[in-house]
Amino acid sequence: MNRHVLSVLVENQSGVLSRVSGLFSRRGYNIDSLSVGVTEDPGVSRMTIVVRGDDYILEQIKKQLNKLIDVIKVIELDPKLSVFRELMLIKVNARENSRASIIEIVDIFRASVVDVSSETLTVELTGDEDKIEAFINLMKPYGIREIVRTGLTALERGSKEIKSYKKYEEE
Amino acid sequence: MQLTGADILLECLLEQGVDTIFGFPGGAVLNIYDSLYKYRDRIRHYLTSHEQGAAHAADGYARVTGKVGVCLATSGPGATNLVTGIATAYMDSVPVVAITGNVPLNLLGKDSFQEVDITGITMPITKHNFIVKDVNDLADIVRRAFYIAQEGRPGPVLIDIPKDITAQKAEYTPAPKREIPRRTEYISEKALAHAIDLIRSSSKPLIYAGGGVIASDAAQELLEFAEKINAPVTLSLMGMGGFPATHPNYTGMIGMHGTKTSNMAATQCDLLIAIGARFSDRVVSKVERFAPHARILHIDIDEAEVNKNVRTSRFIIGDVREVLRELNKRLERVERREWMDYIQDMKTKYPLSGSNGKDMLTPQYILEKIYELTGGDAIVATEVGQHQIWTAQYYKFTRPRTFVSSGGLGTMGFGLGASIGAQVGAPGKRVFNIAGDGSFRMNMNELATAVEYNLPIIEVIMNNHALGMVRQWQNLFYDSRYSQTTLDRCTDFVKLAEAFGAVGYNLTRKEDVEETIRKAMAQNRPVVINCEIDRDLKVYPMVPPGAPIDEVIMDMGD
Repeated sequence: MNRHVLSVLVENQSGVLSRVSGLFSRRGYNIDSLSVGVTEDPGVSRMTIVVRGDDYILEQIKKQLNKLIDVIKVIELDPKLSVFRELMLIKVNARENSRASIIEIVDIFRASVVDVSSETLTVELTGDEDKIEAFINLMKPYGIREIVRTGLTALERGSKEIKSYKKYEEE
Repeated sequence: MQLTGADILLECLLEQGVDTIFGFPGGAVLNIYDSLYKYRDRIRHYLTSHEQGAAHAADGYARVTGKVGVCLATSGPGATNLVTGIATAYMDSVPVVAITGNVPLNLLGKDSFQEVDITGITMPITKHNFIVKDVNDLADIVRRAFYIAQEGRPGPVLIDIPKDITAQKAEYTPAPKREIPRRTEYISEKALAHAIDLIRSSSKPLIYAGGGVIASDAAQELLEFAEKINAPVTLSLMGMGGFPATHPNYTGMIGMHGTKTSNMAATQCDLLIAIGARFSDRVVSKVERFAPHARILHIDIDEAEVNKNVRTSRFIIGDVREVLRELNKRLERVERREWMDYIQDMKTKYPLSGSNGKDMLTPQYILEKIYELTGGDAIVATEVGQHQIWTAQYYKFTRPRTFVSSGGLGTMGFGLGASIGAQVGAPGKRVFNIAGDGSFRMNMNELATAVEYNLPIIEVIMNNHALGMVRQWQNLFYDSRYSQTTLDRCTDFVKLAEAFGAVGYNLTRKEDVEETIRKAMAQNRPVVINCEIDRDLKVYPMVPPGAPIDEVIMDMGD
């Protein structure tokens, strides 16, 4: 079961998220994460969907997504040719004796402390999945209170745009 | 000009050439019905007994005419009653526009009286759906709905209209009906060349065609194609009428209740050409053993069907009629003596068992007689079950849009509503609905509709006092434990027909079949023929569940 990252242009309309998520659930496709936001064109949103499945499932997902009227374009992003990013907010236990060592790790990861309380630190971190997982592992000994993650968002490197892809590639 | 939402809706229906709709009124669609009163000279509304009947009628109308069928229901239960009909149309790719009312915008989402989220409910069973939240968007939404319903692979589209939208006014500017283009952009020279290579190098090809042939009006092109490459042709249930059942190349239906010839041909062919068909589980059965020696060429309008159920070697995505025209231009006539001789030999050796040698009244005989007495020119709708398969087997469909049956969803209770739509859509045609007693009882309320509009539908009930198809499975695979499939109800269908204002006949003897059908056809009003048939008749041939399709159980003479 390989991981694939799909970038999907959709009409920015109510109901489009449930059309896409409904398609995944009723056809039994697994979503690892889904993030969505408006694009340079306010009428168009872009979803980044991380799915797990073999080539057969992936082909089906792409084709079924393409059939949705609100879907404008579906492409798969090649990890080698793309930038993958995720944002995480993490709240960890941080009393006086541990605060300094946490901040040291935060600096190494180029993360930033966005909130401090007498008992906790809240850290914002951006990166690909590996970086985020690594940071979480390092925070575990201090005691993690809460984690929230945006899910992956991704863009192809270079000057090519999603719109330049054809809707469907022949054989 | 400034019009109310209700008037805009009807003007847009007229733009689309709609002159017939099926529906049932209610609170949330009062404004629409008020406008319908005003437009009654231009749009004929058929009032059904139940919204489900309206949905099936719109579906049957669409299947027979090729136009979009339109149904209308109120909010809440009105809308949910359409759901089975919409799902039926979706599974069989039938262009239907379903219009529902809803509570006013300010009451949406508050569990108001008769409120239901019908766009949410129908999301997985429509090609697309809309809720209109601004009266200024209404006209374009209606136009888009009709376009989506017909473009590419057809299917149902739902438009949900809150009540206040139908009362509000907006500027209406008429627009011409948008042309529906046939999908041709992927019919490339390369794809055609690959297909032709496969066809030329095959010595044992088999054409397996489905509902796409009918949806794209490709029957003529399919006939030319089959004769040119001289291949046998088998059809899915949805394909019935797409290729003449009287043609020498026709091998009968394929799949679970396919003929031995079709199923053996699929197993032995070296090239399977699937045309407007989707390799349903009822056709394929055991995937690993389906067409094991064949390369598969798949021609379909919907790319998502390619490699979905069965892996293919080559495919052409596009409107089936256009693809076949391109192929026909490039192909030359070939002889295929050995393979065709083998096919003919199989057909002779393994015919459908039919009514041969039986003195009792059988559905097979009744269907053969209906075919004979109508000259094969009728429209035949069915419910779902044994009678449905017998109809596909024994009535020789020779023309597209003459067989109206719920193939994908298998909706019992579909046929009567659908035959109402069929008769409205084809007033000059004789319409039969072949039913079982179980299916008839589900939605027989629509008999009242047929009587009201004097639609001379002939309802033929194959009455075995059982849910025959389920009983057949219980007999074959559940040691004859007939759990809840015996229908020893004392309903008198003849009296019932008369109570509805229709004509009723009982048919119990083989020798009365012809006369009864003649009598029914002479009546110019709805007729119910109650045919008393044996409870243990079975549909053969049959492929047991999970078995490869060449492992056919033939008639065991019971």
